[in-house]
Amino acid sequence: MVLIVGELINSSRKTIATAIEAKDKAYLQDLARRQADAGANVIDVNCGTSFATEAVLMAWLVDVVQDAVDLPLCIDSPNPRVLEAGLTRHRGKALVNSISAGKERWKETLPLLIGYKASVVALCMDDGGMPRSVADRLRMAEKLVPGLTAAGLPEEDIYLDPLIKPLGVDGSHGPEALESTRALREKYPRVHLISGLSNISYGLPRRRLLNRAFALMGYTLGMDAFILDPLDRPLMSLLTAANALAGRDEFCLDYIAAERAGKLLE
Amino acid sequence: MQIIEEIKTALMAGNMNKVKEGANKALEEGLAPADIINDGLIAAMSVIGVQFKNNEIYMPEVLVAARAMHAGMDVLKPLLAGDAVQDRGTMVIGTVKGDLHDIGKNLVVMMMEGAGFKVVDLGVDVTTEKFVQAVTGHKAQIVGLSALLTSTMAQMKGTVQALEPYRGQVKVIVGGAPVTRKFADEIGADGYAPDAASAVDRVRELLGVA
Repeated sequence: MVLIVGELINSSRKTIATAIEAKDKAYLQDLARRQADAGANVIDVNCGTSFATEAVLMAWLVDVVQDAVDLPLCIDSPNPRVLEAGLTRHRGKALVNSISAGKERWKETLPLLIGYKASVVALCMDDGGMPRSVADRLRMAEKLVPGLTAAGLPEEDIYLDPLIKPLGVDGSHGPEALESTRALREKYPRVHLISGLSNISYGLPRRRLLNRAFALMGYTLGMDAFILDPLDRPLMSLLTAANALAGRDEFCLDYIAAERAGKLLE
Repeated sequence: MQIIEEIKTALMAGNMNKVKEGANKALEEGLAPADIINDGLIAAMSVIGVQFKNNEIYMPEVLVAARAMHAGMDVLKPLLAGDAVQDRGTMVIGTVKGDLHDIGKNLVVMMMEGAGFKVVDLGVDVTTEKFVQAVTGHKAQIVGLSALLTSTMAQMKGTVQALEPYRGQVKVIVGGAPVTRKFADEIGADGYAPDAASAVDRVRELLGVA
């Protein structure tokens, strides 16, 4: 089954920044519940726009969201101190978003993963910046996967993120992302591959249409986790259908259950 | 002028070859290279900038128009004898240290080039030292700082401070999704622009050029 990380509690969205600033528990908890009801398996929490107080807010946010939903959270910050603040409050196995092969980030984030037995989103990049090719991503994965497993993280706890760049900036970014997915899947059959869906469509009209198409193409080539908007019902319906078509839904029972729950939308 | 209109239409449609053909045809008709650049290429790019700002066109349409503009420039620039077009000024631009976002910054580069400025693009993750070196080395009149993260906005402040001794020579303009006019004022920048087309307007104001 595809792992769905609900992306909506992210303070780069204005309404969320406002809600976090106002400590509007009810609003944030409602959004967490709606994402969970829509099929999210993990809820992303990000409060990065409040830079000075990010760690304190993260601890607060983790409590607020886990009081509302019985799901693991994806603790989302480039700052290891913020990650730790969230991890100290988190119940169950957290997903840390993220580590990279960048020297300092690696050194400071890795002990947290081991200490808190968290799983992790591992970005295919290092201090040299964003990857520019399929080969770049493979090279980064060759540092990340053995490094993480050597430190004691099982492969099943690693979510490699090939880093998707907008199609609107360069037409080659689509095939580059898809081919990276295929190549990473071939090389690492047991690690998870994750991506933020909305990057691909930046700057283009009808972004959800591109996000949906990209999700299906990525899924077909081996992507098995997405950070997305679970309230996008056509997208969630398509992923449920794709899962059945890929033979990962025995007797199509998940697909049928989704229909019974009124979740499928043509 | 018919041919100028043809060049503008071709540029706005992103038709690189037609822009090149148009530029050559305009030269054959006896137009001055500087006039073709100003009235054709720059005028058309400025329309593109406004359309983008107003959400009438999409990012790829800006990119393809900029490519067409460059194709025209490649024909015309070598024929210029250091006249008006090149005198609009030099801008140094980059995304500040710790920040890898480049889309917005690249759009500003295109718009500034489209407006006839010389642009020195330092790329992403640019240290304060690099900005200072480039500003002095290229004798820039304007420096543009981009940041897309709240965490790197702080870096912007440091860079503006480090540029303090050169503020007589260079104006500082800042931008990027989390950046606001208020923040720009607080860190002592000369200007703030919410989008690429406005960046051109702001630079023109700051430098007092048309």
